Amino acid sequence: MVSDIVGMTAARLGEAIREGQVSAEETATAYLDRIEAVDGRIGAYLHVDRETVLEQARAVDARRAAGEELGPLAGVPVAHKDVFTTKDMPTTSASRILEGWRPPYDATVTARLREAGLVILGKTNMDEFAMGSSTENSAYKVTRNPWDTDRVPGGSSGGSSAAVAAFEAPLATGTDTGGSIRQPAAVCGLVGAKPTYGGSSRYGVIAFASSLDTPGPFARNVLDAALLHEAFSGHDPRDSTSIDAPVPQVVEAARRGDVEGLRVGVVKELDGDGFQAGVRQRFHETLELLESLGAKVVELSCPSFDAALSAYYLIAPSECSSNLARFDAMRYGLRVGDDGTRSAEEVMSLTRAQGFGPEVKRRIMLGTYALSSGYYDAYYGSAQQVRTLIKRDFDAAFENVDVLVSPTTPTTAFSIGERADDPMAMYLADLCTIPSNMAGNASLSVPCGLAPEDGLPVGFQIMAPALADDRTYRVAAAVESALTERDGDLLSRNPYAVTG
Amino acid sequence: MTAITRDEVAHLARLSRLALDESELDTLAAQLGDILTAVAKVQEVAKGDIPPSSHALPLTNVYRPDEVGPGLTHEQAMAAAPAVEDQRFRVPRILGEDE
Repeated sequence: MVSDIVGMTAARLGEAIREGQVSAEETATAYLDRIEAVDGRIGAYLHVDRETVLEQARAVDARRAAGEELGPLAGVPVAHKDVFTTKDMPTTSASRILEGWRPPYDATVTARLREAGLVILGKTNMDEFAMGSSTENSAYKVTRNPWDTDRVPGGSSGGSSAAVAAFEAPLATGTDTGGSIRQPAAVCGLVGAKPTYGGSSRYGVIAFASSLDTPGPFARNVLDAALLHEAFSGHDPRDSTSIDAPVPQVVEAARRGDVEGLRVGVVKELDGDGFQAGVRQRFHETLELLESLGAKVVELSCPSFDAALSAYYLIAPSECSSNLARFDAMRYGLRVGDDGTRSAEEVMSLTRAQGFGPEVKRRIMLGTYALSSGYYDAYYGSAQQVRTLIKRDFDAAFENVDVLVSPTTPTTAFSIGERADDPMAMYLADLCTIPSNMAGNASLSVPCGLAPEDGLPVGFQIMAPALADDRTYRVAAAVESALTERDGDLLSRNPYAVTG
Repeated sequence: MTAITRDEVAHLARLSRLALDESELDTLAAQLGDILTAVAKVQEVAKGDIPPSSHALPLTNVYRPDEVGPGLTHEQAMAAAPAVEDQRFRVPRILGEDE
Protein backbone atom coordinates (compact mmCIF):
# COMPACT_ATOMS: atom_id res chain seq x y z
CA MET A 1 0.00 0.00 0.00
CA VAL A 2 2.87 2.36 0.80
CA SER A 3 4.28 2.05 -2.70
CA ASP A 4 0.75 2.47 -4.07
CA ILE A 5 0.35 5.79 -2.26
CA VAL A 6 3.82 7.10 -3.09
CA GLY A 7 3.45 6.08 -6.74
CA MET A 8 0.12 7.87 -7.24
CA THR A 9 -0.25 11.23 -8.95
CA ALA A 10 -1.33 14.10 -6.70
CA ALA A 11 -4.64 14.37 -8.57
CA ARG A 12 -5.42 10.67 -8.02
CA LEU A 13 -4.24 10.78 -4.41
CA GLY A 14 -6.51 13.74 -3.68
CA GLU A 15 -9.42 11.80 -5.19
CA ALA A 16 -8.62 8.69 -3.14
CA ILE A 17 -8.57 10.77 0.05
CA ARG A 18 -11.87 12.49 -0.81
CA GLU A 19 -13.50 9.15 -1.56
CA GLY A 20 -12.18 7.64 1.67
CA GLN A 21 -10.07 4.93 -0.03
CA VAL A 22 -7.06 6.14 1.90
CA SER A 23 -6.73 8.61 4.78
CA ALA A 24 -4.57 11.71 4.88
CA GLU A 25 -2.76 10.19 7.87
CA GLU A 26 -1.93 6.98 5.98
CA THR A 27 -0.71 9.11 3.09
CA ALA A 28 1.48 11.27 5.33
CA THR A 29 2.88 8.16 7.04
CA ALA A 30 3.73 6.57 3.68
CA TYR A 31 5.66 9.67 2.63
CA LEU A 32 7.38 10.09 6.01
CA ASP A 33 8.57 6.47 5.74
CA ARG A 34 9.76 7.08 2.20
CA ILE A 35 11.72 10.17 3.33
CA GLU A 36 13.27 8.18 6.16
CA ALA A 37 14.28 5.43 3.72
CA VAL A 38 15.89 7.51 0.97
CA ASP A 39 16.65 11.06 2.09
CA GLY A 40 19.98 10.03 3.60
CA ARG A 41 21.14 9.41 0.03
CA ILE A 42 19.39 12.39 -1.62
CA GLY A 43 19.50 15.20 0.97
CA ALA A 44 16.38 16.99 -0.25
CA TYR A 45 15.06 18.12 3.13
CA LEU A 46 16.49 20.49 5.75
CA HIS A 47 13.71 19.91 8.24
CA VAL A 48 11.09 17.18 8.70
CA ASP A 49 9.15 16.73 11.94
CA ARG A 50 6.96 13.64 11.98
CA GLU A 51 4.51 14.84 14.60
CA THR A 52 3.88 18.24 12.94
CA VAL A 53 3.16 16.42 9.66
CA LEU A 54 0.80 13.90 11.23
CA GLU A 55 -1.11 16.64 13.08
CA GLN A 56 -1.83 18.40 9.77
CA ALA A 57 -2.95 15.13 8.17
CA ARG A 58 -5.24 14.22 11.09
CA ALA A 59 -6.85 17.66 10.83
CA VAL A 60 -7.73 16.93 7.18
CA ASP A 61 -9.18 13.53 8.14
CA ALA A 62 -11.23 15.26 10.85
CA ARG A 63 -12.56 17.78 8.34
CA ARG A 64 -13.65 14.96 6.06
CA ALA A 65 -15.22 13.03 8.95
CA ALA A 66 -17.19 16.16 9.87
CA GLY A 67 -18.70 16.13 6.38
CA GLU A 68 -16.73 19.06 5.03
CA GLU A 69 -16.29 19.16 1.26
CA LEU A 70 -12.56 18.82 0.55
CA GLY A 71 -10.65 20.48 -2.29
CA PRO A 72 -8.75 18.55 -4.99
CA LEU A 73 -5.45 18.48 -3.05
CA ALA A 74 -6.72 18.12 0.53
CA GLY A 75 -4.56 15.61 2.37
CA VAL A 76 -1.95 15.55 -0.40
CA PRO A 77 1.60 16.08 0.92
CA VAL A 78 3.82 18.87 -0.37
CA ALA A 79 7.52 19.67 0.13
CA HIS A 80 7.99 23.37 0.89
CA LYS A 81 11.08 25.37 -0.12
CA ASP A 82 12.83 26.81 2.94
CA VAL A 83 12.49 30.34 1.52
CA PHE A 84 8.82 30.51 2.58
CA THR A 85 8.09 31.45 6.19
CA THR A 86 6.31 28.80 8.26
CA LYS A 87 5.07 29.39 11.82
CA ASP A 88 5.44 25.76 12.89
CA MET A 89 8.78 24.96 11.23
CA PRO A 90 12.19 26.64 11.12
CA THR A 91 12.88 28.89 8.11
CA THR A 92 16.51 29.48 7.15
CA SER A 93 16.72 30.15 3.40
CA ALA A 94 19.62 27.65 3.75
CA SER A 95 21.71 30.37 5.44
CA ARG A 96 23.67 30.30 8.72
CA ILE A 97 22.45 33.82 9.41
CA LEU A 98 18.91 32.43 9.96
CA GLU A 99 19.92 29.14 11.65
CA GLY A 100 17.09 27.99 13.92
CA TRP A 101 14.85 30.97 13.13
CA ARG A 102 11.15 30.39 13.79
CA PRO A 103 9.17 33.03 11.90
CA PRO A 104 6.21 34.55 13.77
CA TYR A 105 3.98 34.37 10.66
CA ASP A 106 3.14 32.22 7.63
CA ALA A 107 3.88 33.32 4.06
CA THR A 108 0.72 33.75 1.97
CA VAL A 109 1.72 30.70 -0.09
CA THR A 110 2.11 28.69 3.16
CA ALA A 111 -1.27 29.88 4.43
CA ARG A 112 -2.96 28.95 1.15
CA LEU A 113 -1.40 25.47 1.14
CA ARG A 114 -2.88 24.98 4.61
CA GLU A 115 -6.31 26.33 3.58
CA ALA A 116 -6.36 23.92 0.63
CA GLY A 117 -5.63 21.07 3.08
CA LEU A 118 -2.19 20.27 1.70
CA VAL A 119 0.06 18.60 4.26
CA ILE A 120 3.49 20.26 4.49
CA LEU A 121 6.06 17.45 4.85
CA GLY A 122 9.00 19.70 5.63
CA LYS A 123 11.33 22.39 4.34
CA THR A 124 13.58 21.69 1.37
CA ASN A 125 17.21 22.54 0.77
CA MET A 126 18.17 25.35 -1.62
CA ASP A 127 21.01 27.61 -2.62
CA GLU A 128 21.50 30.12 0.19
CA PHE A 129 18.94 32.94 -0.26
CA ALA A 130 18.01 31.30 -3.61
CA MET A 131 21.31 32.39 -5.19
CA GLY A 132 22.63 29.61 -7.37
CA SER A 133 21.81 26.94 -9.93
CA SER A 134 22.97 23.75 -8.19
CA THR A 135 21.93 23.90 -4.50
CA GLU A 136 25.66 23.63 -3.71
CA ASN A 137 25.47 27.09 -2.12
CA SER A 138 23.38 25.75 0.79
CA ALA A 139 25.08 26.37 4.13
CA TYR A 140 23.77 23.02 5.41
CA LYS A 141 24.05 20.11 3.00
CA VAL A 142 24.56 18.77 -0.50
CA THR A 143 21.47 17.66 -2.42
CA ARG A 144 21.83 14.96 -5.06
CA ASN A 145 19.99 14.41 -8.33
CA PRO A 146 17.99 11.14 -8.09
CA TRP A 147 18.76 10.35 -11.76
CA ASP A 148 22.49 10.29 -10.98
CA THR A 149 23.58 11.01 -7.43
CA ASP A 150 26.95 12.40 -8.56
CA ARG A 151 25.08 15.24 -10.28
CA VAL A 152 23.38 18.38 -8.99
CA PRO A 153 19.57 18.59 -8.78
CA GLY A 154 19.67 22.14 -10.19
CA GLY A 155 18.93 25.22 -8.17
CA SER A 156 18.11 27.24 -6.39
CA SER A 157 15.04 25.08 -5.60
CA GLY A 158 17.10 21.86 -5.82
CA GLY A 159 15.78 20.32 -2.60
CA SER A 160 12.25 20.63 -3.95
CA SER A 161 13.12 19.12 -7.35
CA ALA A 162 15.10 16.27 -5.76
CA ALA A 163 12.26 15.54 -3.29
CA VAL A 164 9.67 15.18 -6.06
CA ALA A 165 11.99 13.23 -8.40
CA ALA A 166 12.96 10.83 -5.57
CA PHE A 167 9.26 10.30 -4.74
CA GLU A 168 9.78 11.90 -1.31
CA ALA A 169 6.83 14.20 -2.12
CA PRO A 170 4.25 14.26 -4.91
CA LEU A 171 4.43 18.06 -5.14
CA ALA A 172 6.75 20.87 -4.08
CA THR A 173 6.92 24.63 -3.99
CA GLY A 174 9.75 26.75 -5.34
CA THR A 175 10.64 30.30 -6.20
CA ASP A 176 11.97 31.39 -9.58
CA THR A 177 14.07 34.57 -9.83
CA GLY A 178 16.19 33.67 -12.87
CA GLY A 179 15.15 30.05 -13.48
CA SER A 180 15.20 28.54 -9.98
CA ILE A 181 12.07 26.42 -10.62
CA ARG A 182 12.32 25.67 -14.34
CA GLN A 183 16.03 24.74 -14.36
CA PRO A 184 15.86 22.22 -11.44
CA ALA A 185 12.60 20.84 -12.89
CA ALA A 186 14.34 20.35 -16.26
CA VAL A 187 17.39 18.55 -14.88
CA CYS A 188 15.28 16.31 -12.61
CA GLY A 189 12.71 15.35 -15.28
CA LEU A 190 9.80 17.26 -13.70
CA VAL A 191 7.23 19.88 -14.60
CA GLY A 192 8.04 23.27 -13.05
CA ALA A 193 6.27 26.56 -13.64
CA LYS A 194 7.16 30.20 -13.12
CA PRO A 195 3.79 31.94 -13.03
CA THR A 196 3.32 35.45 -14.36
CA TYR A 197 5.16 37.87 -12.04
CA GLY A 198 2.59 39.09 -9.50
CA GLY A 199 0.38 36.04 -10.11
CA SER A 200 1.62 34.38 -6.90
CA SER A 201 2.30 36.25 -3.67
CA ARG A 202 5.76 37.23 -2.40
CA TYR A 203 4.47 37.94 1.13
CA GLY A 204 6.59 35.84 3.48
CA VAL A 205 9.07 34.83 0.76
CA ILE A 206 12.52 35.77 2.03
CA ALA A 207 13.46 38.34 -0.60
CA PHE A 208 16.30 37.89 -3.08
CA ALA A 209 15.43 40.21 -6.02
CA SER A 210 11.96 41.62 -5.45
CA SER A 211 11.20 42.65 -9.03
CA LEU A 212 11.91 39.08 -10.22
CA ASP A 213 11.03 36.62 -7.38
CA THR A 214 8.03 34.43 -8.30
CA PRO A 215 6.70 31.43 -6.32
CA GLY A 216 5.58 28.44 -8.40
CA PRO A 217 4.92 24.67 -8.41
CA PHE A 218 6.89 21.45 -9.05
CA ALA A 219 5.16 18.17 -9.93
CA ARG A 220 5.71 14.87 -11.72
CA ASN A 221 3.08 15.70 -14.35
CA VAL A 222 1.38 18.72 -15.90
CA LEU A 223 -2.04 18.35 -14.26
CA ASP A 224 -0.56 18.03 -10.76
CA ALA A 225 1.52 21.18 -11.34
CA ALA A 226 -1.60 23.05 -12.48
CA LEU A 227 -3.56 21.95 -9.41
CA LEU A 228 -0.81 23.22 -7.08
CA HIS A 229 -0.42 26.42 -9.14
CA GLU A 230 -4.14 27.11 -8.72
CA ALA A 231 -4.10 26.24 -5.00
CA PHE A 232 -1.68 28.98 -3.93
CA SER A 233 -1.94 31.68 -6.63
CA GLY A 234 -4.11 34.77 -6.90
CA HIS A 235 -4.31 38.30 -5.58
CA ASP A 236 -2.84 39.09 -2.15
CA PRO A 237 -3.39 42.55 -0.64
CA ARG A 238 -0.25 41.99 1.47
CA ASP A 239 1.97 42.04 -1.65
CA SER A 240 1.90 45.43 -3.37
CA THR A 241 3.03 43.89 -6.69
CA SER A 242 0.35 41.20 -6.66
CA ILE A 243 -1.95 41.34 -9.71
CA ASP A 244 -5.63 41.89 -8.92
CA ALA A 245 -6.99 39.57 -11.61
CA PRO A 246 -8.44 36.04 -11.68
CA VAL A 247 -5.97 33.13 -11.70
CA PRO A 248 -5.55 31.89 -15.31
CA GLN A 249 -7.47 28.64 -15.99
CA VAL A 250 -4.42 26.41 -15.73
CA VAL A 251 -6.18 23.23 -14.56
CA GLU A 252 -8.65 23.33 -17.42
CA ALA A 253 -5.76 23.96 -19.85
CA ALA A 254 -3.78 21.02 -18.41
CA ARG A 255 -6.78 18.72 -18.92
CA ARG A 256 -7.33 20.01 -22.46
CA GLY A 257 -3.82 19.97 -23.91
CA ASP A 258 -4.51 20.48 -27.61
CA VAL A 259 -2.28 22.59 -29.84
CA GLU A 260 -4.23 22.47 -33.14
CA GLY A 261 -3.61 25.75 -34.96
CA LEU A 262 -1.44 27.15 -32.15
CA ARG A 263 1.41 29.37 -33.37
CA VAL A 264 4.71 28.34 -31.75
CA GLY A 265 7.79 30.59 -32.05
CA VAL A 266 11.29 29.11 -31.69
CA VAL A 267 13.65 31.73 -30.26
CA LYS A 268 16.81 31.69 -32.39
CA GLU A 269 18.93 33.23 -29.60
CA LEU A 270 18.08 30.43 -27.14
CA ASP A 271 19.51 27.54 -29.13
CA GLY A 272 22.74 26.86 -30.97
CA ASP A 273 26.39 25.97 -30.71
CA GLY A 274 26.97 26.20 -26.97
CA PHE A 275 24.14 23.75 -26.29
CA GLN A 276 24.64 20.04 -25.56
CA ALA A 277 23.92 17.93 -28.66
CA GLY A 278 21.40 15.66 -26.93
CA VAL A 279 19.52 18.65 -25.53
CA ARG A 280 19.19 20.13 -29.02
CA GLN A 281 18.17 16.77 -30.48
CA ARG A 282 15.31 16.24 -28.00
CA PHE A 283 14.22 19.87 -28.35
CA HIS A 284 13.99 19.66 -32.13
CA GLU A 285 12.20 16.29 -31.99
CA THR A 286 9.61 17.93 -29.72
CA LEU A 287 9.11 20.73 -32.25
CA GLU A 288 8.37 18.09 -34.90
CA LEU A 289 5.98 16.43 -32.49
CA LEU A 290 4.11 19.71 -31.97
CA GLU A 291 3.88 20.16 -35.74
CA SER A 292 2.48 16.65 -36.10
CA LEU A 293 -0.18 17.63 -33.53
CA GLY A 294 -1.28 20.57 -35.67
CA ALA A 295 0.82 23.46 -34.27
CA LYS A 296 2.45 25.96 -36.63
CA VAL A 297 6.12 26.22 -35.74
CA VAL A 298 8.14 29.25 -36.91
CA GLU A 299 11.63 30.51 -36.04
CA LEU A 300 11.98 34.09 -34.87
CA SER A 301 14.57 36.38 -33.37
CA CYS A 302 14.64 38.22 -30.02
CA PRO A 303 18.01 39.98 -30.40
CA SER A 304 18.14 41.55 -26.93
CA PHE A 305 17.95 38.09 -25.28
CA ASP A 306 21.70 37.85 -25.98
CA ALA A 307 22.24 40.48 -23.29
CA ALA A 308 19.64 39.15 -20.84
CA LEU A 309 22.10 37.12 -18.74
CA SER A 310 24.38 40.15 -18.37
CA ALA A 311 21.52 42.44 -17.40
CA TYR A 312 20.24 39.87 -14.90
CA TYR A 313 23.62 39.58 -13.16
CA LEU A 314 23.51 43.33 -12.54
CA ILE A 315 19.84 43.74 -11.63
CA ALA A 316 19.49 40.70 -9.35
CA PRO A 317 22.67 41.44 -7.30
CA SER A 318 21.68 45.12 -7.05
CA GLU A 319 18.30 44.21 -5.58
CA CYS A 320 19.87 41.55 -3.36
CA SER A 321 22.43 43.96 -1.90
CA SER A 322 19.55 46.16 -0.84
CA ASN A 323 17.23 43.35 0.37
CA LEU A 324 19.90 41.59 2.41
CA ALA A 325 20.74 44.80 4.27
CA ARG A 326 17.93 43.75 6.63
CA PHE A 327 20.21 41.08 8.11
CA ASP A 328 21.79 43.47 10.57
CA ALA A 329 22.08 41.20 13.67
CA MET A 330 19.77 43.45 15.68
CA ARG A 331 16.19 42.13 15.61
CA TYR A 332 16.44 38.45 14.65
CA GLY A 333 18.94 35.94 13.32
CA LEU A 334 22.61 35.49 14.11
CA ARG A 335 24.63 37.99 16.17
CA VAL A 336 28.40 37.58 16.39
CA GLY A 337 31.01 39.38 18.52
CA ASP A 338 28.69 41.36 20.82
CA ASP A 339 31.09 41.30 23.79
CA GLY A 340 30.57 44.87 24.98
CA THR A 341 33.73 46.19 23.31
CA ARG A 342 32.47 46.36 19.72
CA SER A 343 30.20 48.94 18.11
CA ALA A 344 26.94 48.05 16.38
CA GLU A 345 28.60 48.48 13.00
CA GLU A 346 31.44 46.11 13.91
CA VAL A 347 29.00 43.50 15.22
CA MET A 348 26.94 43.86 12.06
CA SER A 349 29.96 43.41 9.77
CA LEU A 350 31.28 40.41 11.71
CA THR A 351 27.86 38.77 11.78
CA ARG A 352 27.32 39.21 8.06
CA ALA A 353 30.82 37.96 7.24
CA GLN A 354 30.23 34.78 9.27
CA GLY A 355 26.52 34.35 8.47
CA PHE A 356 26.64 34.65 4.67
CA GLY A 357 28.32 32.15 2.32
CA PRO A 358 30.68 33.01 -0.57
CA GLU A 359 28.06 33.36 -3.33
CA VAL A 360 25.85 35.65 -1.24
CA LYS A 361 28.85 37.84 -0.37
CA ARG A 362 29.87 37.94 -4.02
CA ARG A 363 26.42 39.12 -5.09
CA ILE A 364 26.11 41.70 -2.33
CA MET A 365 29.50 43.13 -3.36
CA LEU A 366 28.58 43.09 -7.05
CA GLY A 367 25.27 44.83 -6.37
CA THR A 368 26.92 47.40 -4.13
CA TYR A 369 29.37 48.14 -6.95
CA ALA A 370 26.67 48.36 -9.64
CA LEU A 371 24.63 50.79 -7.52
CA SER A 372 27.47 53.03 -6.36
CA SER A 373 27.74 56.55 -7.69
CA GLY A 374 29.98 56.74 -10.71
CA TYR A 375 29.06 53.22 -11.86
CA TYR A 376 25.27 53.35 -11.52
CA ASP A 377 24.49 54.56 -15.06
CA ALA A 378 27.03 52.33 -16.77
CA TYR A 379 25.90 49.15 -14.99
CA TYR A 380 22.52 49.24 -13.24
CA GLY A 381 21.10 51.91 -15.56
CA SER A 382 22.20 50.09 -18.74
CA ALA A 383 20.83 46.81 -17.38
CA GLN A 384 17.44 48.45 -16.83
CA GLN A 385 17.47 49.67 -20.42
CA VAL A 386 18.21 46.13 -21.60
CA ARG A 387 15.23 45.04 -19.55
CA THR A 388 13.04 47.38 -21.60
CA LEU A 389 14.45 45.91 -24.83
CA ILE A 390 13.72 42.36 -23.64
CA LYS A 391 10.11 43.31 -22.92
CA ARG A 392 9.82 44.90 -26.37
CA ASP A 393 11.19 41.73 -28.00
CA PHE A 394 8.59 39.62 -26.17
CA ASP A 395 5.78 42.03 -27.11
CA ALA A 396 6.79 41.98 -30.78
CA ALA A 397 7.10 38.19 -30.80
CA PHE A 398 3.71 37.67 -29.16
CA GLU A 399 2.09 39.71 -31.94
CA ASN A 400 2.98 36.88 -34.31
CA VAL A 401 2.92 33.73 -32.17
CA ASP A 402 0.92 32.39 -29.22
CA VAL A 403 3.87 30.90 -27.32
CA LEU A 404 7.66 30.96 -27.53
CA VAL A 405 9.74 27.85 -26.91
CA SER A 406 13.37 26.90 -26.22
CA PRO A 407 15.35 24.25 -24.37
CA THR A 408 15.03 25.06 -20.64
CA THR A 409 18.77 24.65 -20.03
CA PRO A 410 21.79 24.47 -22.35
CA THR A 411 22.94 21.16 -20.79
CA THR A 412 21.60 18.31 -18.69
CA ALA A 413 22.50 18.12 -14.96
CA PHE A 414 26.18 18.83 -14.37
CA SER A 415 28.40 17.07 -11.84
CA ILE A 416 28.60 18.12 -8.21
CA GLY A 417 31.64 20.39 -7.82
CA GLU A 418 32.12 20.90 -11.58
CA ARG A 419 31.15 24.59 -11.64
CA ALA A 420 31.47 25.44 -7.94
CA ASP A 421 34.63 27.53 -8.38
CA ASP A 422 33.60 29.25 -11.60
CA PRO A 423 30.73 31.70 -11.02
CA MET A 424 30.32 32.62 -14.70
CA ALA A 425 30.01 28.95 -15.78
CA MET A 426 27.37 28.46 -13.08
CA TYR A 427 25.44 31.55 -14.24
CA LEU A 428 25.14 30.12 -17.79
CA ALA A 429 22.70 27.48 -16.51
CA ASP A 430 20.07 30.25 -16.46
CA LEU A 431 20.66 31.47 -20.03
CA CYS A 432 17.24 30.44 -21.40
CA THR A 433 15.12 31.04 -18.32
CA ILE A 434 16.18 34.61 -17.44
CA PRO A 435 14.32 36.53 -20.21
CA SER A 436 10.91 35.57 -18.74
CA ASN A 437 11.93 36.83 -15.31
CA MET A 438 13.07 40.14 -16.79
CA ALA A 439 9.76 40.61 -18.64
CA GLY A 440 7.56 38.98 -15.99
CA ASN A 441 5.69 36.70 -18.41
CA ALA A 442 4.52 33.13 -17.73
CA SER A 443 6.95 30.29 -18.38
CA LEU A 444 7.04 26.55 -17.75
CA SER A 445 9.39 23.59 -18.23
CA VAL A 446 8.10 20.15 -19.22
CA PRO A 447 10.28 17.04 -19.75
CA CYS A 448 10.92 16.19 -23.43
CA GLY A 449 13.00 13.02 -23.17
CA LEU A 450 16.44 11.89 -22.06
CA ALA A 451 19.64 13.06 -23.73
CA PRO A 452 21.11 10.08 -25.64
CA GLU A 453 24.69 10.72 -24.51
CA ASP A 454 24.07 10.67 -20.74
CA GLY A 455 20.52 9.37 -20.23
CA LEU A 456 19.57 12.47 -18.25
CA PRO A 457 16.33 14.46 -18.56
CA VAL A 458 15.95 17.39 -20.96
CA GLY A 459 13.46 20.24 -20.36
CA PHE A 460 11.32 21.98 -22.97
CA GLN A 461 10.53 25.59 -22.05
CA ILE A 462 7.22 27.22 -23.04
CA MET A 463 6.82 31.00 -22.61
CA ALA A 464 3.50 32.85 -22.88
CA PRO A 465 2.43 36.47 -22.34
CA ALA A 466 1.70 37.78 -18.83
CA LEU A 467 -1.51 36.27 -17.43
CA ALA A 468 -1.64 33.67 -20.23
CA ASP A 469 -0.19 30.96 -17.96
CA ASP A 470 -2.90 28.60 -19.20
CA ARG A 471 -1.22 28.48 -22.63
CA THR A 472 2.01 27.12 -21.14
CA TYR A 473 0.03 24.31 -19.48
CA ARG A 474 -1.92 23.59 -22.65
CA VAL A 475 1.24 23.08 -24.71
CA ALA A 476 2.95 21.16 -21.90
CA ALA A 477 0.00 18.77 -21.59
CA ALA A 478 0.09 18.12 -25.35
CA VAL A 479 3.85 17.40 -25.22
CA GLU A 480 3.46 15.18 -22.15
CA SER A 481 0.67 13.04 -23.54
CA ALA A 482 2.25 12.61 -26.99
CA LEU A 483 5.65 11.70 -25.49
CA THR A 484 4.13 9.28 -22.98
CA GLU A 485 2.25 7.59 -25.78
CA ARG A 486 5.43 7.30 -27.86
CA ASP A 487 8.06 6.50 -25.19
CA GLY A 488 6.13 5.41 -22.09
CA ASP A 489 6.42 7.06 -18.68
CA LEU A 490 9.68 9.00 -18.61
CA LEU A 491 9.97 9.31 -14.84
CA SER A 492 9.73 5.54 -14.34
CA ARG A 493 13.24 5.27 -15.83
CA ASN A 494 14.61 7.26 -12.89
CA PRO A 495 16.30 4.87 -10.43
CA TYR A 496 14.33 6.37 -7.51
CA ALA A 497 10.95 5.98 -9.21
CA VAL A 498 8.16 4.25 -7.31
CA THR A 499 5.46 2.80 -9.50
CA GLY A 500 2.06 2.36 -7.92
CA MET B 1 38.70 43.90 -19.06
CA THR B 2 37.34 45.60 -15.98
CA ALA B 3 39.97 45.53 -13.27
CA ILE B 4 38.95 45.93 -9.65
CA THR B 5 41.69 46.73 -7.19
CA ARG B 6 42.00 45.19 -3.77
CA ASP B 7 41.43 48.64 -2.22
CA GLU B 8 38.20 49.02 -4.14
CA VAL B 9 37.07 45.61 -2.91
CA ALA B 10 37.90 46.62 0.67
CA HIS B 11 35.87 49.81 0.21
CA LEU B 12 32.89 47.83 -1.18
CA ALA B 13 33.14 45.43 1.76
CA ARG B 14 32.90 48.37 4.18
CA LEU B 15 29.87 49.74 2.33
CA SER B 16 28.32 46.25 2.38
CA ARG B 17 29.02 45.78 6.13
CA LEU B 18 31.03 42.61 5.49
CA ALA B 19 34.17 42.05 7.62
CA LEU B 20 36.02 40.09 4.92
CA ASP B 21 39.42 38.51 5.57
CA GLU B 22 42.52 39.03 3.43
CA SER B 23 42.07 35.95 1.27
CA GLU B 24 38.42 36.80 0.57
CA LEU B 25 39.48 40.26 -0.63
CA ASP B 26 41.96 38.72 -3.08
CA THR B 27 39.52 36.14 -4.40
CA LEU B 28 36.74 38.68 -4.82
CA ALA B 29 38.96 41.20 -6.61
CA ALA B 30 39.64 38.64 -9.33
CA GLN B 31 36.07 37.28 -9.49
CA LEU B 32 34.32 40.67 -9.52
CA GLY B 33 36.64 41.79 -12.32
CA ASP B 34 35.74 38.72 -14.39
CA ILE B 35 32.02 39.08 -13.79
CA LEU B 36 31.98 42.81 -14.55
CA THR B 37 33.90 42.20 -17.78
CA ALA B 38 31.32 39.61 -18.81
CA VAL B 39 28.26 41.69 -17.94
CA ALA B 40 29.62 44.91 -19.49
CA LYS B 41 27.82 43.65 -22.63
CA VAL B 42 24.79 45.63 -21.41
CA GLN B 43 26.63 48.84 -22.29
CA GLU B 44 26.90 47.83 -25.97
CA VAL B 45 23.19 47.08 -26.22
CA ALA B 46 21.77 49.90 -24.11
CA LYS B 47 22.25 52.94 -26.29
CA GLY B 48 20.28 56.10 -26.90
CA ASP B 49 17.00 57.06 -25.33
CA ILE B 50 15.66 53.66 -24.25
CA PRO B 51 13.66 54.20 -21.05
CA PRO B 52 14.80 52.04 -18.11
CA SER B 53 12.48 49.35 -16.65
CA SER B 54 12.75 48.76 -12.94
CA HIS B 55 9.85 46.34 -12.97
CA ALA B 56 7.83 43.89 -15.04
CA LEU B 57 4.47 45.43 -14.17
CA PRO B 58 3.22 48.95 -14.85
CA LEU B 59 1.98 49.39 -11.27
CA THR B 60 2.21 52.64 -9.33
CA ASN B 61 0.98 53.59 -5.87
CA VAL B 62 -0.89 50.46 -4.88
CA TYR B 63 -2.97 51.02 -1.76
CA ARG B 64 -5.08 48.73 0.36
CA PRO B 65 -7.95 49.88 2.59
CA ASP B 66 -6.71 51.62 5.75
CA GLU B 67 -8.19 49.07 8.11
CA VAL B 68 -6.71 47.67 11.30
CA GLY B 69 -6.03 43.94 10.94
CA PRO B 70 -4.50 41.39 13.26
CA GLY B 71 -0.78 41.91 13.92
CA LEU B 72 1.97 40.36 16.01
CA THR B 73 1.96 40.66 19.78
CA HIS B 74 4.90 42.30 21.49
CA GLU B 75 6.19 38.88 22.58
CA GLN B 76 5.90 37.39 19.08
CA ALA B 77 7.77 40.30 17.54
CA MET B 78 10.59 40.04 20.10
CA ALA B 79 10.78 36.24 20.24
CA ALA B 80 13.67 35.81 17.81
CA ALA B 81 15.75 38.78 18.98
CA PRO B 82 19.41 38.02 19.73
CA ALA B 83 19.25 40.20 22.88
CA VAL B 84 16.31 41.79 24.71
CA GLU B 85 16.16 44.22 27.62
CA ASP B 86 12.95 45.61 29.14
CA GLN B 87 10.83 44.46 26.16
CA ARG B 88 13.16 46.23 23.74
CA PHE B 89 15.86 45.08 21.31
CA ARG B 90 19.23 45.47 23.04
CA VAL B 91 21.89 46.56 20.55
CA PRO B 92 25.62 47.20 20.82
CA ARG B 93 26.75 50.80 21.23
CA ILE B 94 25.83 52.95 18.24
CA LEU B 95 27.65 56.20 19.19
CA GLY B 96 31.42 56.58 19.59
CA GLU B 97 33.01 57.04 23.05
CA ASP B 98 33.24 60.82 22.66
CA GLU B 99 29.73 61.45 21.41
